[in-house]
Amino acid sequence: MITVVSSVIILGIFGVLFGACLAYLSVVFAVQVDPRIEKITEILPGANCGGCGAPGCFSFAEGVVSGALTPTSCAPGGKEVAAKISAILGCEVGEMIPMVAVANCQGGNQEARQKFEYMGVEDCRAALLLSGGHKACGYGCLGFGNCVAVCQFHAIMMNDNGLPVVNPHLCTGCGLCVGACPRHVISLISKDQKIYVGCVNPEKGKSVKAVCTVGCLGCGVCANKNNNPSGDIVMEKGLPIITYESNLRVLPGAARCPSKAYVINVKYPAVEYDGTMCDGCEDKAKPLCVKICPVKECLVYDGENKKAVYDSSFCVGCKLCLEECPVKAFK
Amino acid sequence: MEIKVLFMIIIYSVLIQNFVLSRFLGLCPFFGCSQRISSAIGMGCAITFVMALASAITWIVYTYLLDPATSIVGFFTEGNGAPDLRFLRTISFILVIAVLVQFIEMFLQKKVPSLYRALGIFLPLMATNCAILGVAVLNVEGFTAIGIHTKLTFIQSVTQGVAGGAGFLLILILMAGLREKMELVTIPESMKGVPIACVTGGLMALAFMGFSGLSF
Repeated sequence: MITVVSSVIILGIFGVLFGACLAYLSVVFAVQVDPRIEKITEILPGANCGGCGAPGCFSFAEGVVSGALTPTSCAPGGKEVAAKISAILGCEVGEMIPMVAVANCQGGNQEARQKFEYMGVEDCRAALLLSGGHKACGYGCLGFGNCVAVCQFHAIMMNDNGLPVVNPHLCTGCGLCVGACPRHVISLISKDQKIYVGCVNPEKGKSVKAVCTVGCLGCGVCANKNNNPSGDIVMEKGLPIITYESNLRVLPGAARCPSKAYVINVKYPAVEYDGTMCDGCEDKAKPLCVKICPVKECLVYDGENKKAVYDSSFCVGCKLCLEECPVKAFK
Repeated sequence: MEIKVLFMIIIYSVLIQNFVLSRFLGLCPFFGCSQRISSAIGMGCAITFVMALASAITWIVYTYLLDPATSIVGFFTEGNGAPDLRFLRTISFILVIAVLVQFIEMFLQKKVPSLYRALGIFLPLMATNCAILGVAVLNVEGFTAIGIHTKLTFIQSVTQGVAGGAGFLLILILMAGLREKMELVTIPESMKGVPIACVTGGLMALAFMGFSGLSF
């Protein structure tokens, strides 16, 4: 009995003593923390993905409050979170374009030639160290999925062909995978942009063809005046650079790519064609619509009947023929 | 003599009776914080820091609070069935360490913000670490391996705290180095992560058994 009572009393004294010490010290060593930091931390997604550059969501909140980071740098949070943060801080929301990661390489195991069979550590960086990777192309995806491993949102998968596939619904555009890829194959583009270049090989023609069947040859067909009247595609260091305005503006150029190096993730409705109206552009050697159409198989000139023959299954819906046709046979 | 005892305490705490590999204390940070060398160093330094301070504070609490309390109770009961209240050391040490960690955190945040940021999350994790409670209890139990059967002196306690922490830091860095290498090799699916870390830890413990052959 004495043991129980005295233990309780002594531990009680200890508790009160230490509690009082701590209570006193917490006043002496009180640190004023900006209450906005806590408020902002609460509305952040809390994934701690690090896409903004800060190590975690709390550090991001600190950075935003101190002005080192902008409210829009939180890609997973998007516009909503940016607006809320701006409301707390009382500053204006900057414009925020939702981004999505895409793999700028289509050279999977089937398309790209391999120099040798790699059997080492299954890691892109490790594979790269061994004589510059096992793929003959010195620029493309190595296929060991460092981007898959780094993605906090499980938005990237490797397909059977050994290429990463980004699920645009899960991707938040945080950009972690961009930094994880040792070959810099992945880039961020606007979520609305459905057409992009699926190749990062800046070399030209023959040397690209020797290593990959879908590589960009650097021919510049997509960027020439006929296919790209808007000037949205510019050739730079052997690769086309797209300044995105609308998908329709780059579609003709992309569809004309001889090596199909463009990824076109958009389908516009095919145009309607009334063949009876066509007069084959009598005064011209070739009907104007056949000349302008970016797809070879879509509009073909039938020399015997002097008519343009249209196959809607090949139509990409670029609507270039609508303006060109003198008799308005296209709708 | 005293210097020799301190030296032996250091050698025993770091190598022969290492807190992780021989006494199996502090296994949670050993497995939890050994994925990266950088975080292992952070955790190891924080543990060393808190272990040294906790050794000092718990020794004072034991000597100047628990010991007198026993004699006070003995005085009131006039020696009739007076309990030895030193059995309360474990629970009071837990209390002391929790308070100490809280205090260190507050102190660093206010006075040394750079160190506070460097230690970061590791400091609060320390509040319930068994290696720290272990060193506090071992300090008052004596060091039988080197022939000390009574409570260690204050200097010896702090030495054991620092050396124990240094041993912990050493093991944590070694383990983190091994695990960083292990991430790059092909491991059977069922062994990935903690299982292979446990096997590695066991092999390290076996290797460290070799130090038990050291004699002075």
